Amino acid sequence: MEQLWSLMPTFLEGFRVTLILLAVSGVSALVLGTLIAAMRISPVGALRVFAAFWTEIARNTPLTLVFIFTAFVMPMLGVRLPYLILAFIALTYYTSPFVAEALRSGINGVPVGQAEAARSIGLGFGQTVSLVVLPQAFRMTIPPLINVFIALTKNTSVAGGFFVVELFATTRQLANDNGNIVIQILLTAAALYLVITVPLGFLAGQLEKRWVVRR
Amino acid sequence: MTGASVLFDAPGPRARRLSLIFSIVAGLLILGAAVWVIMTLAAPRTSGGINLPGMFDGSRWNIFTDPAVWGFIAEGIVATLQAAAVAAVGAIALGILLSLLRSSLIPWVRIPTAWVIEFFRGMPVLLMMLFILLVASTGAFWAVVIALILYNGTLIGEILRAGLAALPKGQREAALSVGMREFQSKMLVEFPQAFRQMLPIIVAQLVVLLKDTSLGYIVGYNEIIRNNINNLGSFYGNRYLFSLFVVTLAIYLTINLLLSWFARWLARRTASGGRKGGRGRFVEDPTNPATLLHVEAKADTASEGPDAR
Repeated sequence: MEQLWSLMPTFLEGFRVTLILLAVSGVSALVLGTLIAAMRISPVGALRVFAAFWTEIARNTPLTLVFIFTAFVMPMLGVRLPYLILAFIALTYYTSPFVAEALRSGINGVPVGQAEAARSIGLGFGQTVSLVVLPQAFRMTIPPLINVFIALTKNTSVAGGFFVVELFATTRQLANDNGNIVIQILLTAAALYLVITVPLGFLAGQLEKRWVVRR
Repeated sequence: MTGASVLFDAPGPRARRLSLIFSIVAGLLILGAAVWVIMTLAAPRTSGGINLPGMFDGSRWNIFTDPAVWGFIAEGIVATLQAAAVAAVGAIALGILLSLLRSSLIPWVRIPTAWVIEFFRGMPVLLMMLFILLVASTGAFWAVVIALILYNGTLIGEILRAGLAALPKGQREAALSVGMREFQSKMLVEFPQAFRQMLPIIVAQLVVLLKDTSLGYIVGYNEIIRNNINNLGSFYGNRYLFSLFVVTLAIYLTINLLLSWFARWLARRTASGGRKGGRGRFVEDPTNPATLLHVEAKADTASEGPDAR
């Protein structure tokens, strides 16, 4: 126990990097994903096609392969960036289509009758969208978005296989160095991941349940 | 909310022309960007005073004329499919078991199962693989397979539970009233229907499983990526890294896109031929992760007892 306790600062350092990965890639994936979703529902055909193409390709590429591209192929092509930045790029790219799909399913979840009703009492396009459709779409979007961030939390561990010393890489190193308490080390790492994912999952479930009933 | 047409008046000739012009301009911009990327990749480069051929130069692709290379690549594909197939069978079996335990009427079966499910869902698959590799020292193949079974099994369990909860109550009542036991009703009446209803989401989850076999790269299982990038890549040298990457990507996209389309096709088929009334069409887009959450919440609100979670 004491031995495990003495490793805590190392663990927390890895956990800090995991949180940074989560925060930076989360925010940038949100921005990129919103952009893709906007393209996907835009009246401009070329943008719609591009967004659909992006979504299909990015969603069907394994994250490991994306990391191969950023960590090995990009440096070979002459891109010189720290591995942490490359991990941000990989995670953002991989997460963006999931954000876009969560947003799109929220907007699609608003029944057509809502917009029809708004139009028929004389609201214009701006009023219909801002007063009727988006407020409803927004709350339907929050639970799936939280789920996307839970998946992102778990996905940050892949960066540990590509030269970013976050929680997974730290754990692997510590387990190699302290052969006598491997199980304790792995369970500590699991607990640190669960600290993020379980409350988020609970929140998403509660919100979804409440809104499912109301609908 | 499909089709934005309800949001505004039908566009007149001017608005339509404007939209067409926008579309062409945007299309040209995207095309231009694509051409620029390809030109940049194709251009020869100098690195440290050495001239290197462009990425599409024949000298970077000539290994692919060698049948032995393709044989080697095929080995990687087989390894990936093998791991995915074993894990898929295991995950479905575990999923069936967990869904039955999780929807059990006995609280001290149901509640611990819920905790176990939460535990395995919240952990990165990669950490589970490391755990199995180090603690059980099973070798890389079983580490990959068992971790994938545990992770996807819990998810499939939740999907099936949602399917069970979504069935009309009359199904169970009818089964019980003709004299079946609880268990018989579950296995013979409810489960087959739930499974069929949820099949598209399960197939979509299996695509995720297939993608996740690539994590074997990190724990040292020789699947497609490790095989192509590490083994072939270090054998033939850095020069072929780009072409090997492109080939690997193409293989993955082919397999995954085919499976995704299959899942959507299944969803369409079950939707059109499915039950009428009930709770309406259940599965909108099986490949959308939001669908799973949706389906789970429905199961939670449908299941009796406030302690379901």
